Amino acid sequence: MMMKPMMMDQDIKLHSGTRIYGKWHKKNYQIIRHLGSGAQGTVYLAHSNQGEVAIKFGKDPSSLISEVNILKRFVALQGDPLGPYLYDVDDWVTNKGTINFYVMECIKGVTLDDSIRHKGFEWTCVFILQLLKDLSRLHELGFVFGDLKPENLMITESNYRIRCLDFGGTTQIGRSIKEYTEFFDRGYWGMGIRKAEPSYDLFAVMMIFIYAAEKRRFNKTEHPRDELIKKIKTNPKLKPFEKILLKALGGQFHHANDMRQAFLYKMNETNRIDSRITRRRTASSPSKKRYQKKKSVSGWIGASVWAVVIITLYVMYTVLYVM
Amino acid sequence: MNKGKIKQILLITDGCSNQGEDPAAMAALAKEHGIVVNVIGVMENYETDDHGMKEIDNIASAGGGVSQVVQTKQLSQTVQMVTRQAMTQTIKGVVNQELQDILGDSKSMEDLPPEKRGRVMEVVDDLGETVDLEVCILVDTSASMKTKLPTVREALLDLSLSLTSRMGKNQFCLYTFPGKRKDTSKIMSWTPKIDHISQVFSKLASGGVTPTGPAIRDVIKSFSTSSRRHLISHDDEAYDDGPRY
Repeated sequence: MMMKPMMMDQDIKLHSGTRIYGKWHKKNYQIIRHLGSGAQGTVYLAHSNQGEVAIKFGKDPSSLISEVNILKRFVALQGDPLGPYLYDVDDWVTNKGTINFYVMECIKGVTLDDSIRHKGFEWTCVFILQLLKDLSRLHELGFVFGDLKPENLMITESNYRIRCLDFGGTTQIGRSIKEYTEFFDRGYWGMGIRKAEPSYDLFAVMMIFIYAAEKRRFNKTEHPRDELIKKIKTNPKLKPFEKILLKALGGQFHHANDMRQAFLYKMNETNRIDSRITRRRTASSPSKKRYQKKKSVSGWIGASVWAVVIITLYVMYTVLYVM
Repeated sequence: MNKGKIKQILLITDGCSNQGEDPAAMAALAKEHGIVVNVIGVMENYETDDHGMKEIDNIASAGGGVSQVVQTKQLSQTVQMVTRQAMTQTIKGVVNQELQDILGDSKSMEDLPPEKRGRVMEVVDDLGETVDLEVCILVDTSASMKTKLPTVREALLDLSLSLTSRMGKNQFCLYTFPGKRKDTSKIMSWTPKIDHISQVFSKLASGGVTPTGPAIRDVIKSFSTSSRRHLISHDDEAYDDGPRY
């Protein structure tokens, strides 16, 4: 007989149609389907009086409480929501024991992981900018996200905006990180301790960027640091961002906003380089050559007009999707 | 304010003991001394060893700790997780005890409405971050563990990363079993720096029988019994080889 790995707690399995009744707040929910499983619990889509909601069931009676404490703090925040909206926290008494759960807004969309696999790298760049903006706000609140990885980030269907999910790893600044995933953890790569500070999250952002360019996770070898540096310097998608990525690798960014500004500046610059290449290609086509022979000055003017148009378009695009 | 400290034995083994006392009984003895016993079973591709798994489970339940069986490559994260979970579990036990004293009958954290539970959990989290922690690492170096030792070393270094990030103080010591001519041998005395393990680990020899029970019995003695207030037990005997701060 093949033994399965012994887990400290089993995943909660619920059938579609199962009715959930809250012990304290007396609200009813009906399970639609399984959405995902995390370290602390399992998430299901469910019907409620308010429409479709996501319900997370905890693996042990108190595992979700810290997470709920964090989500509660977000409720009072102004501006774009940092996490899913929290509707209800309760216990469900079953014949096998009491399961605690919380009910949150159901965010429709795809995970960043899916987006990385199916969309172009330019999208990842935009999402990283959005993410850095959210992280900056979270850090200002006095928390570090902790378990930052593409599976914990959703891209909303409605407005292409990144949203954080699963705040199980979110830790007060100055404490030790509660939860992490090796590939995105600076401790695993020998680049620092697991203390909750903004640079911990920013290292993970850098790893997400590397993951998006490489499209795979790889294991560390003998010299983890050199390996990451080599990836950054040799991958053509990463190379333009070398300086920023190396700075994040070394933990030298202390504010998410600094890293965001650096990215924003670099992305504009990179775009200029790209457009210059395109221009040269068009310039070498026969029809354009004739123009150039006649009046090379007008060619230069045309080119700069093109450059201005492209830059303006890019800025507008960034403003539209990032802001 | 002195918050007391948490004492743990972290046993890393790959299977069945074959000499001396029943390890579960020795784990229960450790618990009586206020020491929690956590067990990590290291398996290669989930060997089909029901007996070994049962033993691992029994030791942890008798020792009031957490157990987990893992494949060698997942060891690092598991060691970190088990140590942390066991710590939270111990603190929750203490908090529940206090709650019962205050609220009477058999009230525990789970009987509180979610709102109040949130407040209690903040206290548990606070304690988990700030309490002093003593971990005696007990590594099985019997013949079958030979190929797994480099990963164990890696996992312990990783554990140090997580624990040194805490605000509370940490103390570690390292014992292996079987020892030369005795059940255990002390590899490293109590120290706040777990990374010293790195140097001593390369010198570890593996081979011999698996006296898990006697090994647990031996390391119970290594814990300090100074006059400091302990989190779960007050009745220890005195040994002079305790952790020093």
